Amino acid sequence: MSGSLYEKIGGEAAVNAAVDIFYRKVLADDRISRFFEGVDMDRQAAKQKAFLTMAFGGPNNYSGEDMRRGHAHLVKQGLNDSHFDAVMENLGATLTELKVPGELIAQAAAIAESTRKDVLGK
Amino acid sequence: MTRITFENASYECKENESVLDCLTTHGVPVPSSCKAGVCQTCLMRALSGRVPPESQKGLKPTLIEQNYFLSCSCIPAEDIEVAFPEAGKGKIPATVAGLEPLNSEIMCVKLNPAGPFEYRAGQYINFFRDDATARSYSLASVSNLDDCIKLHVRKIPDGRVSTWIHECLNPGDTVDISEALGDCFYVPGNPEQGLLLIGTGSGLAPLYGIVRDALLSGHTGPIRLYHGSLTVDGLYLIEELRQLARDYANFTYTPCVSEGEAPGGFSSGIVLDVALKDIPKLSGWRIYLCGNPAMVNAAKKQTFLAGASMRDIYADPFVPAQP
Repeated sequence: MSGSLYEKIGGEAAVNAAVDIFYRKVLADDRISRFFEGVDMDRQAAKQKAFLTMAFGGPNNYSGEDMRRGHAHLVKQGLNDSHFDAVMENLGATLTELKVPGELIAQAAAIAESTRKDVLGK
Repeated sequence: MTRITFENASYECKENESVLDCLTTHGVPVPSSCKAGVCQTCLMRALSGRVPPESQKGLKPTLIEQNYFLSCSCIPAEDIEVAFPEAGKGKIPATVAGLEPLNSEIMCVKLNPAGPFEYRAGQYINFFRDDATARSYSLASVSNLDDCIKLHVRKIPDGRVSTWIHECLNPGDTVDISEALGDCFYVPGNPEQGLLLIGTGSGLAPLYGIVRDALLSGHTGPIRLYHGSLTVDGLYLIEELRQLARDYANFTYTPCVSEGEAPGGFSSGIVLDVALKDIPKLSGWRIYLCGNPAMVNAAKKQTFLAGASMRDIYADPFVPAQP
């Protein structure tokens, strides 16, 4: 694992530092906040944490199929590329705020980007 | 090799096998998702035996204190007995020690459980009218301060349990209650952290317990309690709380009235708005929210957006029973 993205970014401690900042940005973002309404916030935060862990190259067992299933109800509510872009933007802003070097942000963004088709059910 | 006990059956856990894998292999359906110790879907509770610290990473301190763990990342080093969250609601008989009206609609019910009863101020119990009918009530008492356990029961129109408690219960009666449940309570450590507590109606019950538990534990940071109701008549324990504020310099109490002009000594407005106006930045604060579900859910979001960490927000919405 030495030298992995997850390690360079700071591992679990980095995820813990990022989750509140990221979730707060997402909730306050008028473009996407409606998708988070009426959902239990504790569960939502745990899911954000799982998402960030994956984007940081950390341990996860999510399959493309899980991503499809987990977002199908949101796709029905109109979830599309513009919303995915907004999440990507919030992810980048979170990592910038945490002073993560640009090259690592790019790597994390690439991992997150790789889920786009599954998340949007394409 | 260790053994895992679940609902009176015992299973052999192989080397390096997680509790989740062991149970699901044996046909016990345990919900799970990420299997990486992150999403918390596979949350369980150890009733006996110790679980390794890595299986409690990321859990709220109140859950850790009650031996909750993530079954996907728990490779037990010793025999353990496990249960799903909130399972094992065994009934405990208790004697009614007293009934004391707190205002026109809220009654303080004092109970003496038969035998030892462990609880943390702010947790709740289920109170049984009969085998099929029970309601949840929060604990306003503090085990090191109060002789008996105390509940604040608001009389709900046509409420099957609350009306019965208000109209039919007498001192000396024996009733059944559950063990103490829930994760909305004070955890010692970090005594300088600011505590913000917001409640409506009988949502004061757990907060009254948590405030006194924190003060008793030597909490030195600011403790700010906001209690809201439509009118002054809906508030209670006003004098007791004003006295507590005189006794402890770090504790303040702000009673709020949302209908009409508030009389002197009371704040005017919705309790959440009053609190956030007083303390607009909540970064580093610990938050307790109890009572009306609409208020609690709004407050959860607003206090988080005001800077409180999700891990530091404890919420107990009093969701009405479905008929």
